[in-house]
Amino acid sequence: MIEIKNLTVAIEDKQILNGLNLTVNDGEVAAIMGPNGSGKSTLSYVIAGKEDYEVLDGEILLDGVNILEMSPDERAASGVFLAFQYPLEIPGVGTMTFLKATLNAQRRARGEGELSTPDFIRKVNGAAEKLEINKEMLKRALNVGFSGGEKKRMEILQMALLEPKFCVLDETDSGLDIDALRIVSGGVNALRAQGRSFLVITHYQRLLDYIVPDVVHVMSQGQIVKSGDKDLAKALEASGYAEYRTGEAA
Amino acid sequence: MPAVQETIDRVRSIDLDQYKYGFETTIEMEKSEKGISEDVIRFISAKKDEPEWMLAWRLDAYKRWQTMQEPDWARVSYDKVDYKDIYYYAAPKRPAAMSLDEIDPEILKTYEKLGIPLREVEVLEGIAPERRVAVDAVFDSVSVATTFKAELSKAGVIFMPISEAIREYPDLVKKYLGSVVPVTDNFFATLNSAVFSDGSFVYIPPGVRCPMELSTYFRINERDTGQFERTLIIADKGSYVSYLEGCTAPKRDDNQLHAAVVELVALDDAEIKYSTVQNWYPGDNDGKGGIYNFVTKRGDCRGANSKISWTQVETGSAITWKYPSCILRGDNSRGEFYSIAVSNGMQQVDSGTKMIHLGKNTTSRIISKGISAGRSQNTYRGLVSAHRKATGARNFTNCDSLLIGDQCGAHTVPYIESKNSSAQFEHEATTSKISEDQMFYCQQRGLSNEEATALIVNGFVRDVLQQLPMEFAVEAQKLISISLEGSVG
Repeated sequence: MIEIKNLTVAIEDKQILNGLNLTVNDGEVAAIMGPNGSGKSTLSYVIAGKEDYEVLDGEILLDGVNILEMSPDERAASGVFLAFQYPLEIPGVGTMTFLKATLNAQRRARGEGELSTPDFIRKVNGAAEKLEINKEMLKRALNVGFSGGEKKRMEILQMALLEPKFCVLDETDSGLDIDALRIVSGGVNALRAQGRSFLVITHYQRLLDYIVPDVVHVMSQGQIVKSGDKDLAKALEASGYAEYRTGEAA
Repeated sequence: MPAVQETIDRVRSIDLDQYKYGFETTIEMEKSEKGISEDVIRFISAKKDEPEWMLAWRLDAYKRWQTMQEPDWARVSYDKVDYKDIYYYAAPKRPAAMSLDEIDPEILKTYEKLGIPLREVEVLEGIAPERRVAVDAVFDSVSVATTFKAELSKAGVIFMPISEAIREYPDLVKKYLGSVVPVTDNFFATLNSAVFSDGSFVYIPPGVRCPMELSTYFRINERDTGQFERTLIIADKGSYVSYLEGCTAPKRDDNQLHAAVVELVALDDAEIKYSTVQNWYPGDNDGKGGIYNFVTKRGDCRGANSKISWTQVETGSAITWKYPSCILRGDNSRGEFYSIAVSNGMQQVDSGTKMIHLGKNTTSRIISKGISAGRSQNTYRGLVSAHRKATGARNFTNCDSLLIGDQCGAHTVPYIESKNSSAQFEHEATTSKISEDQMFYCQQRGLSNEEATALIVNGFVRDVLQQLPMEFAVEAQKLISISLEGSVG
């Protein structure tokens, strides 16, 4: 379970999150929708531990432990995963090399043994197949020269391999055509499980037709201003964010 | 954030003793008097029991050296070396060993600590059968052991300290010594010609493929001592040899001078592959101490279809001034230069290569990867030239620089000269920085700061690491990670 309490965050003296409260229960898929500039991406970066943000107040508890005290890699090892809106390219580093390094780093951090190479390859091949990622793609340097859709599928592949407890998807639908959206959503849905919770950040209701959320939260000016079930997303799609935009600069 | 602070502290603590070869060996040494003079040169020559012609060669070099100026065109700055304040010869007091049992046990221990196998017996008995490397170990000014001599000589390969070769194969030495790097080539090479004390000599007879890797391991131990080694490798027609050199030195507050000369000669259809893993003491984080590495390395593709390939992984030294080069004299000959130069702390590197195309249809390839961290400066300096007669010459150059942090510098200074219109030269260069976003991405997936840096850097240098003999590639990879410890955070 993830509990975010009174989270107040600034970047370069500008306050972005203003005492945000949010709980995501085990096994729950929560969607966060909101206009541009409402602080959605900031929230995802603060959860993952990006350096540039200054946490002024509040805490983020993962199963009761405050992860704000941890470095990004420690958070990852304790089960936090962020699927990036813009996944980074790592030139010269083979995708398999990267996957193996990260998987084993997390296993070491948790005091588990490293995976043997045959076990690792089996695991990757199984997960890759479901996401229609071919072997050729796995041989290339990570994300280098990948299309937008390929990069997003690679994010979900990593999510599947690392088996996190809490997954944040930051606008995973951006830049995806319908086919890619279907594959990516299918990958996410396959990972829905009892002990795993999701925070799906998006502008559009469209994604939520594929990944059907248990709860929908509306974010505005760095706070959760409204919560409801999946019908709330549909209502938003019809009415727009106009009523939540008050006081927004851009 | 406390976690970040902890990371920084941990990294700092690693940084202080990251140079794990910094220990010192205590044994009785015999030295020349301090400074350089005709007497000192005579002393060195006498110690080596050299023939008269060798002494004359040295004295001639010394005379010329006195008229020369230290070069100042490299992008490095350092306190002037006081050439009068150096010992030019230092050797363990025990006489040269005929077998391992006669070597001072302290020296054996030193090489054991460094992970250099001097006991070929163990290897032969199959304890580590995959690692069959013949080693010449040079301790300060003298060679202390050469392994696998017997087995190599069965194949006709000569691998011995150059001081021995001067006595035993004077004709070969006379014919080739100074034929690639002339006595008056440059200030440091001329100094080396006057005072060089030891180094390795290799001769591969026609048609022979050297049955194992050859390597020389250089260790500077004694305080205030310069190391001036001289290596000469001749690959006769149709032969092949792969050679590796490694270097370390104790941690000291003073700077120490290392001015080596390496000459390679490849005759018709011969190939020499020369790899260096250079890990001289780089000085501390404030730039105190460390080795001045002023080295002249040159290969001559003298015969048609010959090939010389330099691969270097440079992580050590306070100052590096080094340009392993190829003279492509034979038609269709080929030169290659693969380099990884890592600088951290206050290190200064000015390194690169020269590819001199003289013969027809000669080809060369340069892949240089510079990685700068800390407050270091890292310069690639290279020359590619084609002579009037070098029709059809081709070169491909790729220089990439990677910056870690915002206090270091990377510089690329390429020279290209072509005197004929059929030459094709290509040059590519990039400079990139490990971005914070890349680091964050890797960390989000569970890699620590150090692991993320190592992974990104290894991706950056991959093309070059692939050129190293397998076992050394692994070592080099580790070495690079160690050198960069503490560079981020």
